Amino acid sequence: MSEMFYWQALNRAMDAEMAADETVLTLGEDVGLYGGTYRVTEGLMAKYGEWRVRDTPISENSFTGLGVGAAMLGLRPVVEIMTINFALFAMDAIVNMAAKIPFMSGGQFPMPLTIRMPGGVAKQLGAQHSQRLEHMLMNVPGLRMVVPATPQDAYWQLRQAIRSDDPVIVLEHELLYFSKGRVDEMVPAPPIHQAVVRRRGRDITCVAYSRMLPLALQAAETLAAEGIELTVIDLRSLSPIDWNTCITAVEQTHRCLIVEEDCRFAGAGAEFAATLQEHCFYLLDAPIRRVAGMDIPTPFNGTLEAASIPRADDIVQAARQMMARKEAAR
Amino acid sequence: MRFCRKKAMDKTQMAAMLRDMLRARAFEEAAAQAYAQGHIAGFLHLYPGEEAVAVGVLHAAEPGDYVVSTYREHVHALVRGIPARQIMAELHGKKTGISGGMGGSMHLFDKDRRFLGGYAIVGETFPIALGAGYAVAYRKLPEAVLCFFGDGAVNQGTFHESLNMAALWKLPIFFICENNHYQIGTEIHRHSAITEVYKRACAYGIPAEKADGMNVIAVHEAAERALERIRAGDGPQFLELETYRYRGHSMADSGSYRPNAELNAYQANDPIAAAVHEAEYPYPGIEAVAAASANSVTRFADHCCQEGHLDDATVERMRREIQEEVADAVTFAEQSAAPDMEDAWKAFHRNRRFETLMEVAR
Repeated sequence: MSEMFYWQALNRAMDAEMAADETVLTLGEDVGLYGGTYRVTEGLMAKYGEWRVRDTPISENSFTGLGVGAAMLGLRPVVEIMTINFALFAMDAIVNMAAKIPFMSGGQFPMPLTIRMPGGVAKQLGAQHSQRLEHMLMNVPGLRMVVPATPQDAYWQLRQAIRSDDPVIVLEHELLYFSKGRVDEMVPAPPIHQAVVRRRGRDITCVAYSRMLPLALQAAETLAAEGIELTVIDLRSLSPIDWNTCITAVEQTHRCLIVEEDCRFAGAGAEFAATLQEHCFYLLDAPIRRVAGMDIPTPFNGTLEAASIPRADDIVQAARQMMARKEAAR
Repeated sequence: MRFCRKKAMDKTQMAAMLRDMLRARAFEEAAAQAYAQGHIAGFLHLYPGEEAVAVGVLHAAEPGDYVVSTYREHVHALVRGIPARQIMAELHGKKTGISGGMGGSMHLFDKDRRFLGGYAIVGETFPIALGAGYAVAYRKLPEAVLCFFGDGAVNQGTFHESLNMAALWKLPIFFICENNHYQIGTEIHRHSAITEVYKRACAYGIPAEKADGMNVIAVHEAAERALERIRAGDGPQFLELETYRYRGHSMADSGSYRPNAELNAYQANDPIAAAVHEAEYPYPGIEAVAAASANSVTRFADHCCQEGHLDDATVERMRREIQEEVADAVTFAEQSAAPDMEDAWKAFHRNRRFETLMEVAR
């Protein structure tokens, strides 16, 4: 067990899988000599050579498609797309190829492909580099998508993604790469798609993922001082979603607050709210509420940028309002 | 039309290629009929006119090679050895189809025969072939990847991206352009600044050749040359084959945008008629024999030993056998059971292991 950065945990996971299985390779822009824009592939080219750690030209559609073709022949490629914004060029390879081939072939071809990429709003990178596109990929049957929020999950879930015979998107977050946490490489991992309750409280179930998890936990601290107790769920996977964990929690708290960095309109949280109300409607004491990103391209200005996505304080306010309604009802 | 060839082809190979061309034509005509009768639904893109391309190229390939094809791929699949029954059943959406009824006409896959699929998005065959080529090179195997595409696909970004990477890493990929001059209804002079497609390969330093796609022997020879270079480690090769589709783009398209004169010209140059003519040994008349010198007669005798030697009766027998094979495939397809939703979920989950626990790290 040791303390490490999120990027280091990913790097350790890559190294472990590449050492264990020679069909594992990685490719992408600057993953080799340069070591990866977020250092995730640092040191791997020197250790495994250029056929297993391949620097590619700037051709997202074709090098992601290369991963698909290589996976059809039994390799386990890990494609790094520098940021999710560039994955829009690769949507054909992801949506039309990786997600469809196993099914269209009647199950003949497994697709042991992992696609790693960071998403989300970082610090003043402008609208083209600050996107949350998870809702698009959630809507594609045949894909799996994990959203690790901690270094430990980054380690576990990347290893599990590489071992999966399904295409898995590992959606990292630009602002999490330099977050630190304990990583135990010897503890068995929970199932790749299992949600985890990070904190238990009686009043509101807060459903969060990726970078919204630390914010939700921070808000929960503040609220606890006021006597409002949050259960905080870390979804860990957006496809499939571990509904059982969510439903069980909402049944206990009777309130549900969704926190997402995704834009509100048709965002990931809309799916959480829809499915949870289908299962928990008669147990709810308040409408399911969303704290979400604004429906606007991310402004460059730092103050406006911060205001366009959820802050811990927004979560606190929303929780207070949900509880105030309870008081008013009495 | 006479074939001009650099080396002799043995009789069995000539006969096998002719048989496959006849099978291809008969299969597609049967599919068109089944479509007209309402037994096949959806898109149906047929191959008549282009047979020399698939047959000439695939007869030059080894069973260990991989094939990546487009949505006009029934014939590639058939020549590759997928039974007519399983292709026809897939066209009918039946459970016995090669893709279990989940793929359809445009998505034939056969893992055992290394048929990596038919792709319905123009330009997708490039990256798939790129990945397959990468995997072959990664394992240092002597196999090649055959990548088929039409003239319409070369304006997609993936064409340029993939040719660049294939050349950069010297991957064993054989790029085969089936230039039928039309991207659906737009003639090549209206969609490409450079209409001689093979010239584009030079931008990536890939050796390229152009051959007559209506002439099966020319196609076969060019394909053999390219595959030889690939196996010698020369990296990707490019072959443009000029051909023509006699029908519209799909069954939903009459092809009426094409001038009759053009269609007639290509039909007069039918690749199958030409192959039959070639395969049937033309016995020389008395004058021809008399005109030949002793040496010529010897050469001619050699030629006879090496060449087709098929007669009318043999070709007729071939046609009958093929009609039977195709009719059997249609009956099989019609009588096969349709898949149910259970089968669809099974196909979907076949490779899904909702992994429970990962063992402790090694």
